[in-house]
Amino acid sequence: MTDRTKDPGMFVPEPDDDRIICRCEEITKGEIRRAVHAGMFTLTEIRRFLRTGMGLCQGQTCGGMVRQIVAKELQVPPDTLEPATARAPMRPVEMWVLAREGGEEDA
Amino acid sequence: MHDYSDVIIIGGGIIGCAAAYYLRKKGLSVIVLEKSCHIGNGGSGRNGGGVRQSGRDVRELPLAMYAVKHMWPGLSEELGVDVEYCQEGNLRLGKTEEHLNILQGLTKKASSCGLDVRMLDGEEVRRMNPYLSGEVVGASFCPTDGHANPLKATLGYYMRARELGARFITGEEVRGIRKIKGKARQVVTKHNIYEGDKIILAAGYESRDIAATVGIDIPMSNVLIEALVTEAQPPMFAQMLGTAGADFYGHQTKHGSFVFGGESGFEQVNRDSGHMAVSSVTASCTCRGILRYIPKLARAKIVRTWAGYEDVCIDGVPVISPVEEAPGMILACAFTGHGFGIAPVTGYLLAQMAAGEKTSLDLSAFRYDRFRPVI
Repeated sequence: MTDRTKDPGMFVPEPDDDRIICRCEEITKGEIRRAVHAGMFTLTEIRRFLRTGMGLCQGQTCGGMVRQIVAKELQVPPDTLEPATARAPMRPVEMWVLAREGGEEDA
Repeated sequence: MHDYSDVIIIGGGIIGCAAAYYLRKKGLSVIVLEKSCHIGNGGSGRNGGGVRQSGRDVRELPLAMYAVKHMWPGLSEELGVDVEYCQEGNLRLGKTEEHLNILQGLTKKASSCGLDVRMLDGEEVRRMNPYLSGEVVGASFCPTDGHANPLKATLGYYMRARELGARFITGEEVRGIRKIKGKARQVVTKHNIYEGDKIILAAGYESRDIAATVGIDIPMSNVLIEALVTEAQPPMFAQMLGTAGADFYGHQTKHGSFVFGGESGFEQVNRDSGHMAVSSVTASCTCRGILRYIPKLARAKIVRTWAGYEDVCIDGVPVISPVEEAPGMILACAFTGHGFGIAPVTGYLLAQMAAGEKTSLDLSAFRYDRFRPVI
């Protein structure tokens, strides 16, 4: 149970806030930190609000870094944050490939 | 008392978040209780983002028209979050004579309610959207329809309502509503008891079990449907698409990806694992549907698929209504898969209702006691 009135404190700018964390979607550290201060307290909410981990790599590159940043901002241990749900397919699949699952007739 | 507020809202989806925002603007205190760890984790975070008037039941049309005219255009500015509202029209596509008949019927009905919808032939459709295949023989077009980003809109309402002082509590599962001296007043959760003068129940299908604790039932079912999204594509077209054959619906987002929804036909009998898993057949079926209309997308990569529940009402329109047997309780559920587009106006009207004001629109078509047996 989380009371969202909890205040993660004042947003204090950091020198590396403009560093890109999610490379697929070009989301910076500062944007992630600001989203936490705007009330996005879970990795799922951060993902939905900013698109971190929603690009081609599906967060396989930035997932750990986003977790560290959000945990630090919320002042909680990183392993207490539930990971955002992994979604099928595991690797991006072209639409025509998915479409012809039933063989040539489906093509 | 610490856990008292003027209004308790059960459900932290877009309806609950929007109602909380408009209530805070009126100065009423609000507590929002959400069972999930995340805000907007039900249909609000999983729908296709349509902001449509065309194709709606005529009972629902005034709400959709009000939202499109008065709410969606200024929403990004109001919330301080880009909700990616794009008003470039909705094309409902047809491939057969039978489809065209369906479209003509819908168009006639909507026109009689004052909505600008018109029929286009195949050539006119392709002039508007050159990516559509030659199989498309006609379409209905509503120029004032569009789409928006449901994730940003839901979390945007949450963010602003929270900023204005609404108290949101996630991971707080509601067990029931308790009457005190004949009035719905307490909300009992796993951990706590909250008390409010008004209680808004906007918890999707799960509203049903909660309403049952004060003896109210809404005839609806819980249907698991699926959607998928492609990697970003170069800008192709801005309209929202649907089809008379219900093969798929979708649009290209501001980000460039296409979000599509589709059905396998097994939705009514899907095995429900309880955790919104996608089936093995729906994404493929949806892709087949899409490629017959938009063959250019064959090489676009699908990056994600997901599922979500629709709270499908027996008569196809929602319940937005005070409950006489439990004074103080207001129901907002059974949105039947088209709640997103009317969420801002629904939140606005719920706030009026909870504040004891006359609602800007007549909501009598959405009463909870309208359901009758066949004989």
